[in-house]
Amino acid sequence: MTMTTSPVTTGQGVVHLAQVSRWYGNVVAVNDVTMTIGPGVTGLLGPNGAGKSTLLHMMAGFLAPSSGTATLNGQAIWRNHQIYRLIGLVPEKEGVYGFLTGWQFVLSAARLHRLPSPAEAAARALDLVEMSGAKDRRIETYSKGMRQRVKVAAALVHDPRVLLLDEPFNGMDPRQRLHLMELVRRMGEEGRTILFSSHILEEVERVAQQIEVLVAGRHAASGDYREIRRRMTDRPHLYRVRSSDDRRLAAALVADASSSAVSLTEQGLEVQAVDFRRFTWLLPRVARDIGVHLWQVSPIDEDLESVFSYLISPHP
Amino acid sequence: MNTVVADITYRAMLGRKRIWLLVLLPVALVAIAALLRLIGGSDEHTAVLLMKTFAIGTMLPLLGLIAGTGVIAPEIEDGTIIHLLAKPISRPVIAVTKFIVAASLVAVFAAVPTFIAAYLLIRDESGVAYGFTLGALFGGVAYAAVFLLLGVITRHAVTVGVIYALVWEGLVGGYVPGARKFSIQQWAQSIADQVSSSPFFKTDVSLGFAVPAMIIVTLGALLWAGTRLRSLSITGDD
Repeated sequence: MTMTTSPVTTGQGVVHLAQVSRWYGNVVAVNDVTMTIGPGVTGLLGPNGAGKSTLLHMMAGFLAPSSGTATLNGQAIWRNHQIYRLIGLVPEKEGVYGFLTGWQFVLSAARLHRLPSPAEAAARALDLVEMSGAKDRRIETYSKGMRQRVKVAAALVHDPRVLLLDEPFNGMDPRQRLHLMELVRRMGEEGRTILFSSHILEEVERVAQQIEVLVAGRHAASGDYREIRRRMTDRPHLYRVRSSDDRRLAAALVADASSSAVSLTEQGLEVQAVDFRRFTWLLPRVARDIGVHLWQVSPIDEDLESVFSYLISPHP
Repeated sequence: MNTVVADITYRAMLGRKRIWLLVLLPVALVAIAALLRLIGGSDEHTAVLLMKTFAIGTMLPLLGLIAGTGVIAPEIEDGTIIHLLAKPISRPVIAVTKFIVAASLVAVFAAVPTFIAAYLLIRDESGVAYGFTLGALFGGVAYAAVFLLLGVITRHAVTVGVIYALVWEGLVGGYVPGARKFSIQQWAQSIADQVSSSPFFKTDVSLGFAVPAMIIVTLGALLWAGTRLRSLSITGDD
């Protein structure tokens, strides 16, 4: 089952997949996925082998769906080279000509797009990824992170409405990673549609407002991950509660069916709430009634890692 | 034709180590011709034999293979082709540009050395130098198109190309006369024979068959390569 929370569907640069599947022989890489990627930053998350790259390649027009359709602003993506006026693509594979300098590579992208001022556009794109200093070196002398950045520059040179990035932060050092994350976030805020795939939760959590989760080729979840977590009603929500009297509060909470388990720990109470809405309604009232002060109430499984591990593991 | 695609392709083909693959055989051909000239073995019969077996029979298909597959297959293999394909340029234009680059390389590295070698041996005697140069030129163009197509449709383009050049043209063509009709090498020789008046050189395939066949194969291969490039699937790592 796919969990969905209201995706943005208006404005320029909307990528839509409708019941898309892709199989190789008997192996199903992507299975009946329907999703809409609109303006803002969306993280395509899933473990290695989940089908993220396959999905991204279908969105980029490098793979035909075995069934279903992939469109950009209503236009078919497959076999339509005109869509690249709107799309910038950063593939995971190296995909760079080592014998060219960074400048030549990005300039060639600008000229292939037939931009009116290719040199100006190339200089601006290299500047955006902080590669102006190394632009005259051959790409084969670059580190992996530098190659990644020059690929991003080439993808941005025509100022695309849609940017598709396959594992873009791979090989970057922490400073470069933060810089690219900031760039991606800023471009998302400017209204561009940005989709990036990653198997690293921390990256997605830091950059994306919206996540699309793929598990074993299936679209497992979609939306804001906190909201997804709340909608996973078949899993108890874990809360840490610190109060003036944890023991009394525990006794009061366990008496109500909204909590399935309450345990005392050194950090306070850990409460498993089976009915999220009732628990959040009940907790302050119970505390008030028994005269206990609440000092801290915090969800401890709403981070992306917990959501993700719930989604990919079988139900208990 | 797209000049940016051509520029990148020329750089890839002529940059550093790869150029040696293109240079090696023509240098060998010219060196052999020079040596024969020096030792006094430069008669018309020897010249025709060298042109037929080495220039057209060995060098041309191998250079066609190196240039035809080399302009596209490595880029598909390592994914760099995405840089060209993810642009608003029609894929057949990319295929035609790659073909022009491959054909021009074969012209420079096969046809020109063929002329130099033949001319070194016997000057313009019986039109042998002109004939084989034209044969190498047109044959090279056809090879470039066919091997470019192989580079697009299979990941084993070099293996298939070598099998075609060595087994079909070299072996089967040598023993089965019918097979010679479907050999680029034989079509190239037909053109050479048409221009040359050498009594030491006769071909089995008529010019009336060779020229249309060469045109059909070249255009057909180009059309097919462009169509396949439009549908080229590039998969990710999962």
